[in-house]
Amino acid sequence: MSNKVKKRLIIILLSALVLIIATLLITMNLRDNIIYFYSPTELQLTNIDKKNIIRVGGLVKEDSYKYDDKTKIYSFIITDRSNEVDVSFVGIMPNLFAENKGVVVEGLAIDKASITAIKVLAKHDENYMPPEVIEALKKEGQWQEE
Amino acid sequence: MYIKLPNGIIDSLRRRLPIFNIATLIAFILGLYYAILNSPPDYLQGDSMRIMYVHVPAAWLALSSYSFLALSCIAWFIFRNPIFNLFAKSIAPIGALFTLIALVTGSIWGKPTWGTWWAWDARLTSMLILFFLYVAYIMTWQTIANKDLAAKISAALGIIGFINIPIIKFSVDWWNTLHQPATISKLSAPSIHISMLTPLMLMTFAYILFLVTVFLMRYKIETLDQKILRVSK
Repeated sequence: MSNKVKKRLIIILLSALVLIIATLLITMNLRDNIIYFYSPTELQLTNIDKKNIIRVGGLVKEDSYKYDDKTKIYSFIITDRSNEVDVSFVGIMPNLFAENKGVVVEGLAIDKASITAIKVLAKHDENYMPPEVIEALKKEGQWQEE
Repeated sequence: MYIKLPNGIIDSLRRRLPIFNIATLIAFILGLYYAILNSPPDYLQGDSMRIMYVHVPAAWLALSSYSFLALSCIAWFIFRNPIFNLFAKSIAPIGALFTLIALVTGSIWGKPTWGTWWAWDARLTSMLILFFLYVAYIMTWQTIANKDLAAKISAALGIIGFINIPIIKFSVDWWNTLHQPATISKLSAPSIHISMLTPLMLMTFAYILFLVTVFLMRYKIETLDQKILRVSK
């Protein structure tokens, strides 16, 4: 290896190190801005500003999904198994919204355990299965809802 | 240090370009047949999941192409052999195209699935940055008349942008994102049924053939461009 090549190799390795450290510092400090939503537990630990729009995500709790015909208000509970957030929403629900499935809501927090949603987004998981396979798995008791 | 250049391999591959053209066409017909007609719908998403067969290989290859571009830039910086710039310049528009396909198909899939065309989450945003990096790399060569200077600036840009690749890959694991985590990873069994894995793999193979074919064509153009430049000097 010639001296020039060796020198450039060292420059590259050092710059890579600096670049990685800089990126780590930036991303770690901007974590609150990078995350798309808070989990109900993270919401407990965050100082919420009631004037700012925030997003909360988690699973839709079983048997919590309700619709009031008179007020046209949808309500459900987002859970992460340790903490819960009550959601109320007026508008159009996404097609894939379901209990025990992932959801992200955007809106104004009333307090650390309830939020008035402006937008509801269904969060899809990474599983892809044909309907027949799901049926078969359910029959055998192998399919676990999240 | 002496490095053996793969010119011989590239030349012999380029002589077989018609074979690559036909193979790409056949692979896409076969892949799309499985993706659209001969595979089951998803139990939850229905037929809209078929967009995944176009989206996922495009995203994979967008990341792979950038890695190749960045490694070429690093190799150029260390060895100063212009062939590495030709590699990077040849792959850049292909990678940009794949990134654009991933962004657009993802958006079309996102509307019926999530309920929104776009979300500023870490995965989507870093993928958009990848597209800008490709565009910036191409623009550097286009706009800077002094090619020695363009080589330095574009290489620096390509290398710095490399940091974005692990960010895209692991964004779904490091931060809360709307985008789901990877279905297929090396460490665990894929969370996808075999009847859906087959069309995905076929489509990936077709995309790779397309990449190689266009790369060989672009590489030829870049070599000719360089020859013209040398003569006109």
